Amino acid sequence: MSISGGKTISGAVQALTFSRRATIIGGLQVGIGVLLAGRMAYISVAENERYQLLSESNRVNLTLVPPRRGWLIDRNGKPIANNKTDFRVDLIPDRMRDKEKTVATLAQLLSLDQEEIDRIDKELTQASSFQPVQVATGLDWEKFAAVSVRLPDLPGVSPRQGFSRFYPTGAAVGHLVGYVGIASAEDYKENPDPILVTPGYKIGKDGLEKTFEDRLQGKPGAKRVEVTARGKIVRELDSRPDVPGKALQLTLDVDLQEYAARRLGPESGSVVVMDCETGDILTMTSMPSFDPNSFSDGIGQTEYGMLRDDDHVPLRDKSLKGLFPPGSTIKPMVSLALLRAGIDPEETVSCPGGLRVGNRFFNCHSTHGSVNMKRANAQSCDTYFYKMALRIGYDAIALMARELGLGAKYDLPVASQSYGTVPDTQWIKKRHDREWANFDTVNSAIGQGYFLSNPLQLCVMAARMASGRKLEAKLLFEQDRPAATPLDISPEHLSYVREAMSEVVNGAGTARRARLPLEDIKLGGKTGTAQVVSLKYGRGGRDVPWKFRDHGLFVCFAPVENPRYAASVVIQHGGGSSSAYPVARDVMTFLYDREQAMEKLIALEESWNGTISERMDRQLAAYRAQKELEKAIAEGRIPPPQTEANGEGSAAEVGQ
Amino acid sequence: MASFGFVVLYSAAGGSLTPWAGLHMIRFLVFLGMAIVFSRLKENFWKTIAFPVYITVVIMLLGVELMGAVRGGSQRWLSLGFIRIQPSELMKPAIILAVARFYDLLPAGQIRTWGAIWPLLILLAFPCALILLQPDLGTTITVVAGAMTVAFLAGLPMRLFIGGAAAVAVIAPLAFFFALEEYQQRRVTTFLNPENDPLGAGYHISQSKIAIGSGGIFGKGFLNGTQSHLDYLPEGHTDFVFATMAEEWGLMGGVAVLTGFFLLFRWGLGVAMKAKTRFSQLAAAGLTTTIFFYVAINLMMVMGLAPVVGIPLPFLSHGGSSMMTIMICIGILMAIDRHPGRRSGTFG
Repeated sequence: MSISGGKTISGAVQALTFSRRATIIGGLQVGIGVLLAGRMAYISVAENERYQLLSESNRVNLTLVPPRRGWLIDRNGKPIANNKTDFRVDLIPDRMRDKEKTVATLAQLLSLDQEEIDRIDKELTQASSFQPVQVATGLDWEKFAAVSVRLPDLPGVSPRQGFSRFYPTGAAVGHLVGYVGIASAEDYKENPDPILVTPGYKIGKDGLEKTFEDRLQGKPGAKRVEVTARGKIVRELDSRPDVPGKALQLTLDVDLQEYAARRLGPESGSVVVMDCETGDILTMTSMPSFDPNSFSDGIGQTEYGMLRDDDHVPLRDKSLKGLFPPGSTIKPMVSLALLRAGIDPEETVSCPGGLRVGNRFFNCHSTHGSVNMKRANAQSCDTYFYKMALRIGYDAIALMARELGLGAKYDLPVASQSYGTVPDTQWIKKRHDREWANFDTVNSAIGQGYFLSNPLQLCVMAARMASGRKLEAKLLFEQDRPAATPLDISPEHLSYVREAMSEVVNGAGTARRARLPLEDIKLGGKTGTAQVVSLKYGRGGRDVPWKFRDHGLFVCFAPVENPRYAASVVIQHGGGSSSAYPVARDVMTFLYDREQAMEKLIALEESWNGTISERMDRQLAAYRAQKELEKAIAEGRIPPPQTEANGEGSAAEVGQ
Repeated sequence: MASFGFVVLYSAAGGSLTPWAGLHMIRFLVFLGMAIVFSRLKENFWKTIAFPVYITVVIMLLGVELMGAVRGGSQRWLSLGFIRIQPSELMKPAIILAVARFYDLLPAGQIRTWGAIWPLLILLAFPCALILLQPDLGTTITVVAGAMTVAFLAGLPMRLFIGGAAAVAVIAPLAFFFALEEYQQRRVTTFLNPENDPLGAGYHISQSKIAIGSGGIFGKGFLNGTQSHLDYLPEGHTDFVFATMAEEWGLMGGVAVLTGFFLLFRWGLGVAMKAKTRFSQLAAAGLTTTIFFYVAINLMMVMGLAPVVGIPLPFLSHGGSSMMTIMICIGILMAIDRHPGRRSGTFG
């Protein structure tokens, strides 16, 4: 019993211990409860605002809507670059599940070719996860819808309706206008604006599109959408429309620009047309060119390869960056210098087919006999200019050349210009560290030697001679531009030279076929043939390889009596001036009589096998086929084509 | 309380009975039936089965180790063909009963001797080792804490607990570096600094706090929680159900839930106080505390006061095993409430 009693006492103690300790536990529990309630109150009341914000930023996703770019319009308000509704499909890499399968499905739905698929695969591996990869743009509604309805099976695929840049005249404006493209990683590093990585957003990459990026860009719109944690859009909350970029009016006449581009045909060359009253550039085209539409959609590797490999350098703007010896086209300018130096235009020089200077004989292209200044221009007699230039010294000529705009860099909103060289005694000292020699004068007097100009400069020279004013080349359209100041050249001298230039076309000149097919409008001009290689290879006519042929040049203005338009045409390796002046004639005709000019062009294009874009497409197809062939040969799928000697050998082997 | 859980789960599923709310209610009713059956059983029954149940559950835990299905990176489930159960959940009430039974059997005089301690350690050693192997730290802690509470209430010397707490304080950092799995270590470091890695491991805590915080005092309104409906809140229907609730019902809802739990615990401890036998006292208090651990750890985790451990919130969270554990606890508590026992029973 004592044990039992002890146990009872212990039991009572235990019961006491229990209730005491149970109270402690209860107290602890209440304490923790209060702590939790306090904590919750703290989070939900004191920090409510902060967490509400976080919750909103979780829930709401701000999608930027790329703004419509400002249009580029010509002087008559016709679009040079506008925006077209575009159905496009992009991929968001970090939302994709099965990359291979998704791309394969898209390729089938959108009938993408292998080159495109390779590009997408490459970009997918390179792109950072948030950066969209373009699959296709410019889709028609059927294909777009086909992708849209399969979206649940294609995570990471983002079909969108947006705007894409469109250049109605395509290649004709390529060099001048440039193109737009997706911002590069460097652009984004420089300016980490989220709009730059928004699908469909393009920035100006070249030409005017790049120069006027700020103006054309516009302000992006925004769409607030509710999204789930996985990025699925639940509903649209509200949206702010985009502010389109401002339009930019250029001085161009886009119809003329297109005509000139087409008229150049398969040649490599440039046409520049200026308004003689304002200095407005009506046309500045360089062919062959690239289609800015292809560039803006993201150009394929093959197409780019073709442009890069072409010896007619379609990627270079020849109007601004092509430097050519101006050749005889500067003779009217030299004539002005001679007149100012007091040379009597009626004084004659005898041309026996060249001139001996020191121990060298400088050829004239013909034996002209006795020529005065007018005839020297009309017949393009070199001997006359050799002799007269030697008499007055070259610095006087160089001065005139600069007054007429040669060797100058113009204030134009373009990325770069190559402004060439007007050589003189000082220049040669600085550049070649030697004294000016007589043969330099002789060479430079006929626009050879060190003399280099770009086609725009030649047009400015023609426009200044035609107008007698110090016209500045303009690209941005302005109403009521103040008239340019008159040149410091005697009006009589100018009118003499203009008459001489009229003689070139309308008289006994070198470009009689350049006469306009119009009754009342006469063209004045000057031909030029610039040698590419030394004469010992023979005259660089049509019978030598393309890259050894002479450049063909022509500067002109019309009407002769009261000049309104001036133009320059340069045909690279055209084989002589006869390649250039027919183009100038037709372009000038277009300004006065579009129908007649078009008739001629259409006939010509038939002989060239199609329009620019048709020819470019064909060229691309041929290039692609050739690349395929080369690849196949490299991979050993088909035997390499045999050279003729080998061909016989292998045929013999097969025979055995 | 379970009805409120039903309502919350209804919302978590985007205003639909499937997949959670309906099942939750059915389970609750089934387990409520079970609890009522349990409540009819006499104290003696529970006393008798305490050790056999304990041994059975240990065997089941062993079974899990041997043939458990792999789930969520750790093996916890035991597939019995028609039903899948989590034996570690069952261990929670089982250990309480076993420890309570042990101290019931232990003569009062020996309570302050070594003999009162080593059997407790052995009782704990098997299940803890097996549950840790799964590995499931959260459940292990609950099991140990439950057993310790019973031991504490049984009157083990206070200095043992103070010393124990000190020992834990020393061992914890060591354990962190040497004993915890990497994912558990990460959870702890994340808990200490959740904003460090808001899209990675800290995501759960950050999103949970956003859900609770954005709810404010009155909440965003029923079915209007954006965090849960747009999937930002992970596990919005299980472990983080409180955050789902708090987002829509605000502080008011949270306080209501806390009050509900407070009333439950007060009732549970009241049952323990009123109980006449030592076993029923210890068991009732131990079971109440087990439920309390669920609630406390879950809420602390949800509010960013504790690391993320997979412990659901009783009555509200969707999940069968934990619901079963809770209802077993409630059932036994009800049984003790119904049969407080006669003091003489100890002698009979």
